[in-house]
Amino acid sequence: MSEVEHRDDGRPRTPQEQLYIDMQRSEQFQRLRRKFRRFVFPMTAVFLGWYLLYVVASGWARDFMGHKLVGNINVGYVFGLLQFVSTFLIAWLYSRYMNRNVDPLADEVRQQIEAAL
Amino acid sequence: MSFATAPAGADTVLLAQSASGGQRGLTIGLFLAFVAATLYITIWASRQTKSATDYYAAGRSFTGIQNGVAIGGDYMSAASFLGIAGLIALYGYDGFLYSIGFLVAWLVALLLVAELLRNSGRFTMADVLAFRMRQRPVRMAAGVSTITVSIFYLLAQMVGAGALVTLLLGVSGTLTKDLTIVAVGALMIFYVTVGGMRGTTWVQIVKALLLMTGTTLVTILVMFQFNWNISSLLGEAAEKSGKGAAFLEPGLRYATEAQGLTGKLDLVSLGLALVLGTAGLPHILIRFYTVPTSREARKSVIWAIWIIGSFYLMTLGLGFGAAALVGSDAIAKQNPAGNTAAPQLAQAVGEKVAGTTGGTVLLAVIAAVAFATILAVVAGLTLASSSSFAHDIYANVIKRGTATERDEVRVARVSALVIGAVAIALSIFAQNLNVAFLVALAFAVAASGNLPAILYSLFWRRFNTNGAVWAIYAGLTSALVLVAFSPVVSGGPKSLFPDVDFSLFPLENPGIVSIPIGFLAGWIGAMVSSEHNEDKYAEIEVRALTGAGAEKAVSH
Repeated sequence: MSEVEHRDDGRPRTPQEQLYIDMQRSEQFQRLRRKFRRFVFPMTAVFLGWYLLYVVASGWARDFMGHKLVGNINVGYVFGLLQFVSTFLIAWLYSRYMNRNVDPLADEVRQQIEAAL
Repeated sequence: MSFATAPAGADTVLLAQSASGGQRGLTIGLFLAFVAATLYITIWASRQTKSATDYYAAGRSFTGIQNGVAIGGDYMSAASFLGIAGLIALYGYDGFLYSIGFLVAWLVALLLVAELLRNSGRFTMADVLAFRMRQRPVRMAAGVSTITVSIFYLLAQMVGAGALVTLLLGVSGTLTKDLTIVAVGALMIFYVTVGGMRGTTWVQIVKALLLMTGTTLVTILVMFQFNWNISSLLGEAAEKSGKGAAFLEPGLRYATEAQGLTGKLDLVSLGLALVLGTAGLPHILIRFYTVPTSREARKSVIWAIWIIGSFYLMTLGLGFGAAALVGSDAIAKQNPAGNTAAPQLAQAVGEKVAGTTGGTVLLAVIAAVAFATILAVVAGLTLASSSSFAHDIYANVIKRGTATERDEVRVARVSALVIGAVAIALSIFAQNLNVAFLVALAFAVAASGNLPAILYSLFWRRFNTNGAVWAIYAGLTSALVLVAFSPVVSGGPKSLFPDVDFSLFPLENPGIVSIPIGFLAGWIGAMVSSEHNEDKYAEIEVRALTGAGAEKAVSH
């Protein structure tokens, strides 16, 4: 890693700096960035919201959480186990999405950079 | 991951006064076998450790699966194993909340941090934070917060270790306890200074496999007792807990009706720290550097999620099993915080299956697993904090980037020794600290001080040096100050200082206030500074997403 501290100080850019800047502005990279963010940002909102709903329900909706469904198993356990299921599911979905939609684009951009360096 | 309510110093009650000589000998024997195996691995690993990349990042040569198991080993601390089982055994449903928060937290690490960090950093968390900033102030701040988080976490494990080891070995007395802490500390220093990241990673892998095997075995035996009927396990647990149906519902431990709104806010505050803290824990973050590519980092987190998820599911079996087969009273009598629930359960269920011998053997096995767990986690923490001291504070702040690799690694080894010694000394003097308080504090500090700076660095173009420094110090200080003025420290019968009252902040968990402060301070700090580094952001963004220019694995 370079030890130069200021890059935006008016000093002329090195070819390598210019390469990354051009690459960041390229349509190809922007598409990669959009694809990545389009999955991770909404999904983060979903799992955090879903988790906080569980925590808030444990604090405020006691009767609901204590409602028995099967034998001694109440809503709270089912809700809690669903948090496990959703975590496994989202991890799997993320992995699949990245493999299909993001990795090929990332490889293309990386190869271009490595060829230019 | 909590040792519940009681001060660890109160844990001097002996486990099963009958803790027999045979069981004690077997526990010690099994533990020594673990120690011998891991010492051998460490010495072997030291021969493979030549460069700084070897020492800090195991040459980036672990596979995704190996690192996934090691992440499990680093993350599933003794406090998870013993603490959560204990919380469930004593308070039923509420213990389950911890398991869920600790698992869901991994999605933050997977989606937002792991791969980007692997692509843009080298050895420490600060590599990513300081990438486009002025090196010295940011590395100083990140080093301070890394060491603070790790020391709190380390203290929690060591204090717990002292208490538990004496407890499980059936010996008491301050001297034995102190000697145990010193022995644990000495082993941990040896793993880290000699084996570096490669040795430490193998210790984590061995420990994770032992922990999973032990936990699975006990869980299967418990479920077998109840014919695999979860409902009847819960019913029996509720009955033996003496608390009836309330045992299976929220509200016995957190946000009790008596606490009113404060309790409920405290619960949310705890929940936030648990879910946001993991992706800011330095000893977890540096694990992502041990694999060759960001895709292996992804794979390792996916594996870790499966392992950690299965483990936390089994803590339900352990906790409710202990309540049902041992009984909450018998557990609380042994240890007011419930920390011995898992070993007590092992003994009880072993006896049901194979008589007294079965109980003795299973107790010895689980006790040895608990020791291995403590040892592995403290080694990971020591490595994280000494790496940060050597790489961030020594090489970049003090030597301004002029230190040689050899020099840096030498300093890393020396600082592991110093941090280990400090942790040993603090643990001996901190025997009466509440372990839950230390662990929750480590998570709250990680979520407030580290996570905002990491996320801004990776995702926000306008972020800069001032923003990073403000985010870290404001998040770190607000978490520490709020805890200092909380009921955990003063004003209540269970406080650290029960006789004085300066508890101006009503919540035990600072996260609900300190996490927003960290994010807000980072934003304001960046906006009031005129520093722009958009050029450099272009580089980190492209590198983080594509892996171009990422550090490669070394081959020997």
